Amino acid sequence: MAMTLAEKLVARACGRERVVPGEVVTCRVDLAMVHDSSGPRRLAPKLDTIGAPVWDPARVVIITDHFVAESDARSEEIARVTRAWAVANGIGNLYEAQGICHVVLPERGHLRPGLFVVGGDSHSTTGGAFGCFVIGIGATEMAGVMATGEIWVKVPGTLQVRLDGELGAGVAAKDIMLLLCRRIGVNGANYRVVEFAGPGVATLPMPERMVLTNMAAELGAKTGLIAPDARTLRALRECGVVLDSVAPWRGDHAARYEQVIDIDAGKIAPQVAAPHSPENAAPVGEHAGTAIQQAYIGACTGAKLADLRMAARILAGRRVAAGVRLYVAPASVREAAVAAREGLTPALEDAGAQMLPSACGACIGRGPGVLAAGEVGIATTARNFRGRMGHPSSATYLASPYTVAASAVAGCIADPREFL
Amino acid sequence: MTLDAVTGRAWVYGDDIDTDVLAPAGYLTAPLEEMAAHCLQALDPDFAGAVRPGDIFVAGDNLGIGSSREQAPQCLIALGIRAVLARSFARIFYRNALNLGLPALVCRDVDRIGAGDVLRVDPIAGTVEHLSTGQRLGCEALPAHLVPMIADGGLVPHLRRRFAKPSAC
Ligand code: SF4
Repeated sequence: MAMTLAEKLVARACGRERVVPGEVVTCRVDLAMVHDSSGPRRLAPKLDTIGAPVWDPARVVIITDHFVAESDARSEEIARVTRAWAVANGIGNLYEAQGICHVVLPERGHLRPGLFVVGGDSHSTTGGAFGCFVIGIGATEMAGVMATGEIWVKVPGTLQVRLDGELGAGVAAKDIMLLLCRRIGVNGANYRVVEFAGPGVATLPMPERMVLTNMAAELGAKTGLIAPDARTLRALRECGVVLDSVAPWRGDHAARYEQVIDIDAGKIAPQVAAPHSPENAAPVGEHAGTAIQQAYIGACTGAKLADLRMAARILAGRRVAAGVRLYVAPASVREAAVAAREGLTPALEDAGAQMLPSACGACIGRGPGVLAAGEVGIATTARNFRGRMGHPSSATYLASPYTVAASAVAGCIADPREFL
Repeated sequence: MTLDAVTGRAWVYGDDIDTDVLAPAGYLTAPLEEMAAHCLQALDPDFAGAVRPGDIFVAGDNLGIGSSREQAPQCLIALGIRAVLARSFARIFYRNALNLGLPALVCRDVDRIGAGDVLRVDPIAGTVEHLSTGQRLGCEALPAHLVPMIADGGLVPHLRRRFAKPSAC
């Protein structure tokens, strides 16, 4: 019987020939990723209570990013506990302050097509861009995985998003996702997998594909998926993972999708999501002119090297408007180094940007870049829930790196196409 | 927590209650009690102070949207909430609640619950009863495969039993 990519991945992980949406199965976990917030500080006491060791330390990756942008006694203590637990449990894959987990995980060669991965973070869906099944889970569930190496899963149906055409100048994958949030709502894919397919995906570079699967979380999806192809293989090789084939990781021709959404990428305008939900998205024109006090280019969603290049295209040779702060927090230390070598960092700084550590920081309302009471910001992050980036009375608009950069220059929400 | 029926006052909220309002990130490094004191603050500043042990939390669609942080249901538990009802849940929040032993029930009739109504919730039977009117509300029972885990008080105590008795694996 024909299967979707999601069904094939789950079937492999639970050791079955095939699975059907709705079935509850137990999967073997190939890899478990945690960060400093969801990780050792919360896992250690739970595992102690359970009375079990880590099932397979080689399959665990710890990446610190949530409390890296700040420095106080509490966050330093969490860093200490994280380090000590990794050492005590023989976990060699510890990346401290190297960047945001969803970017560091593939960058350091931990992902490959076919894997079944759990991550202690909701945007773990990002890894689906590499053709693996990655789900976000909470700390108790993670403690269960650490003890047993297993997790139960309800086999998800798949919503397929078929992209056609190519994005116009000044338009990015972020705009596709904001449009989708508007179209189907922030629970439009609840309990389901969103698979992105079609010629519009084939031409999309890897970092942009990662934006699609990253923000599948904003649709309520169990995960996002993209069938790997030659581009995936190339990107993996750059991360030190050498494979000669991506078979068999694609959906069968006759696979059944619960829903199909067709999007013509060529027709998408830059999008902006108004406070306090990603589904409040609309073409940038509807919000053009809204005054801002801060522009933030950061997060796993919007601060990879490709995003910094977009921002620099707008900002090079221009100045951030008076009264606006522009912060740039590159998604990983490695990519920040490349950005410096490419001359992106000086271009951004000359425009008035302030560079921040490669960490979650203001995306979760911690460290520099947090909004004060009543302030309005625009950000390349994935979420703009009330109070997430600072004071409960602050407001965050979401947009692409192009649009955030253009707005920083204009001092108000602006259409980046006018700056190209 | 147990799977016995609970009777308590309802706190009723709308759709898309997110994990940032339930468990504000500014308190992520603080002790849980400190964070719980700010639970829902951005939406209803009175909630954390006025909620009483045994109360029931009711929401519309997509309760717990957002982060994987299980402090979201943990704050509710710390404040004394004994069951959560919602028309639908965000998937990670749902699993987090159940893994912590907090019954989370899908209830299509949440619109018929008013703030302060006294409800009797039986998580095993999947019934919600309006004590004042005797009315029964449409509700789904907990998934059968999770009942033993929740009955043990959540995933951690459940696994502790399993690891303590290797033969029971
Ligand atoms: S950058 Fe933001 S969205 Fe990404 S993992 Fe960190 S807190 Fe979550």
